[in-house]
Amino acid sequence: MSTSIDSTLPRSELLTMLRTMKLIRRFEERSAEHYGRGNIGGFLHLYIGEEAVAVGVISPLRDDDKIVTHYRDHGHALARGMDTAACMAELFGKSTGVSGGKGGSMHFFDVEKGFMGGHAIVGGQLPLAVGLAFANRYRGEDSLVVCFLGDGAVNEGEFHESMNLASLWNLPVLFLLENNGFGMGTRVERASAQPVIHRLADRHNVRSHREENGQDVFAVREAALDAIEYIRDGNGPYFLEVMTYRFRGHSMADPIEYRQQHEVEPWLELDPIKLLSDRLLANDLTTADEINAIDEDVENEVNEAIQFALESPFPKPDELYSDIYA
Amino acid sequence: MAQLTYRDAIRAGLEEALRSNPEVFIMGEDVGAYGGSYAVTKGFMEEYGEERIIDTPIAESGFVGTGIGAAIAGMSPIVEIMTINFSLLAMDQIVHIAAKARYMSGGQISVPIVIRTVSGGGNMLAATHSQSLEGWYARVPGLKVVTPSNAADALGLLRSAVADPNPVMFVEHSLLYGSRSEVPDEHYTIPFGSARVARSGADVSIIAYLRRVPISLQAAELLEDDGIDAEVIDLRTLLPLDTQTFIDSVHKTNRAVVVEETWEFGGFAGEVIAQINEKAFDSLDGPALRVGGANVPTPYSRPLELLTIPTPEMVADKVRSLF
Ligand SMILES: Cc1ncc(C[n+]2csc(CCOP(=O)(O)OP(=O)(O)O)c2C)c(N)n1
Ligand SMILES: [Mg+2]
Repeated sequence: MSTSIDSTLPRSELLTMLRTMKLIRRFEERSAEHYGRGNIGGFLHLYIGEEAVAVGVISPLRDDDKIVTHYRDHGHALARGMDTAACMAELFGKSTGVSGGKGGSMHFFDVEKGFMGGHAIVGGQLPLAVGLAFANRYRGEDSLVVCFLGDGAVNEGEFHESMNLASLWNLPVLFLLENNGFGMGTRVERASAQPVIHRLADRHNVRSHREENGQDVFAVREAALDAIEYIRDGNGPYFLEVMTYRFRGHSMADPIEYRQQHEVEPWLELDPIKLLSDRLLANDLTTADEINAIDEDVENEVNEAIQFALESPFPKPDELYSDIYA
Repeated sequence: MAQLTYRDAIRAGLEEALRSNPEVFIMGEDVGAYGGSYAVTKGFMEEYGEERIIDTPIAESGFVGTGIGAAIAGMSPIVEIMTINFSLLAMDQIVHIAAKARYMSGGQISVPIVIRTVSGGGNMLAATHSQSLEGWYARVPGLKVVTPSNAADALGLLRSAVADPNPVMFVEHSLLYGSRSEVPDEHYTIPFGSARVARSGADVSIIAYLRRVPISLQAAELLEDDGIDAEVIDLRTLLPLDTQTFIDSVHKTNRAVVVEETWEFGGFAGEVIAQINEKAFDSLDGPALRVGGANVPTPYSRPLELLTIPTPEMVADKVRSLF
């Protein structure tokens, strides 16, 4: 992996990217802790290890672009700048949460930020992304929709239906595949007859690329920028496959009996946060002191989020019946 | 008699099927290497091999349909849909092919598939992961819908499901897997369409299925303090539905309360009440009532979620309103 930095980004933005990745990491480590304490329930799917993907793809987006994603959504939400405290409050099931406590970990929403939801039925977010993009094009807007999906989702019929529709109608969708090697306990090679997943896009006449260095936030960002430019130029959808790895289990309930520690270890070496901070240090773009200050700052932000979540009220009983209809 | 968990009873039934018929195979998402989301098939892949314990891609319509096809070819597939929520992606195959192939072919075809799936809420999984949709399938002629509430019934009904030449939806409840009950050592089966009197009583018939059976039994205990002697009927299968057992019960008790976990509006309980009205109206001392779930998408937040699912107290209150 490259150690130089040819990015034209100003130093401040590089540090922001580092900080966001660290924020996602600490947010999730601490939510795992509060899951253990019973403050968070249900399913909690951690994004730990995949932070470079969310930050690399979301950082170059415009405010009027939209994001839809799956249940592993905390990283995307925080990278989009959703309020950390409101995200934590959602996990705690509080009325101050991003979805009013009604959605939980798998169903984060923030329409103001163009974050059109975490969706927990595998593949369910894909047609939704196509519809959002359809509206964009119909109205003559040049904003786009990023649709995150997992390697497991490409085997659902909805994936193929959505790719075809987006391609047929030339819609501005960036299909962003997070290939983390597994759908729950099933390896990609055991689930997909075409394990080089981006090649599926050919069948639908959708331009595609596989980014092998998914742990390298610059590589992901460069690949995303190419895709974004292609889509904004009116060329229709783009399918970007990013290779990454889920460091933890599928969810907190996963005993992880389907993979060996020795295959996990090389990936742990490719920790996207460490890779980025090492590179910034090696290129004299930051100092150990500055990184410590970022760590402290992130720790405070997450502590405040937890405090906010703890102190926030649960939804009131009559909220059970609100929001069913507009 | 052995004390078995609901999970182990189902495991035992599955292993029995695998051992007795080489054309039985198990197929579904993460049933093999992962061991099943609810650990029902844990260790099966090692024991029976990847040929028979088959991990599928996440493609419900595709692999359920494949199971249906193999069943039509005469095999005996046991297909697992991780939860009943995801069965919606396979509903077309289940409702349009599995349920209708025999009828539409004038009886030439049969579809001996068992589709195991998991229903129920109460796990803080929010709206997309907490539904109880078995009542929808129970409206489809050509399907059978099985809803065991305890280990012994689960094993006896699973044996019948495997032996049945028709498509069977075998619906388990996620919060019952750890529950234990006595399971007879000798071989037995429980035929479909035979409800069970889970507790006999003289004053009111509480009719339920799946996890609402133990909940109703708890309600019956609460009602003892009010001097009300409740009978609890476990439907065990929704389709075919044994109406006789609960009609007999209502003739005896003159009161009925039907309990189910899912949305009360348009639910299966309404069907049971219609049957009571048609067949036991003259015996009723008051209206046949129902207790169902709140008519809302299930919220994540714990205090709200708890308001959506019928509790023993809610059942007892409804019963008290008849006295
Ligand atoms: C239609 C449907 N089937 C099954 C599930 C259960 N499930 C949730 S996540 C998951 C694995 C998805 O894997 P992938 O798409 O690779 O995403 P990852 O979890 O790796 O990020 C499965 C099988 C579901 N939520 N929806
Ligand atoms: Mg995956």
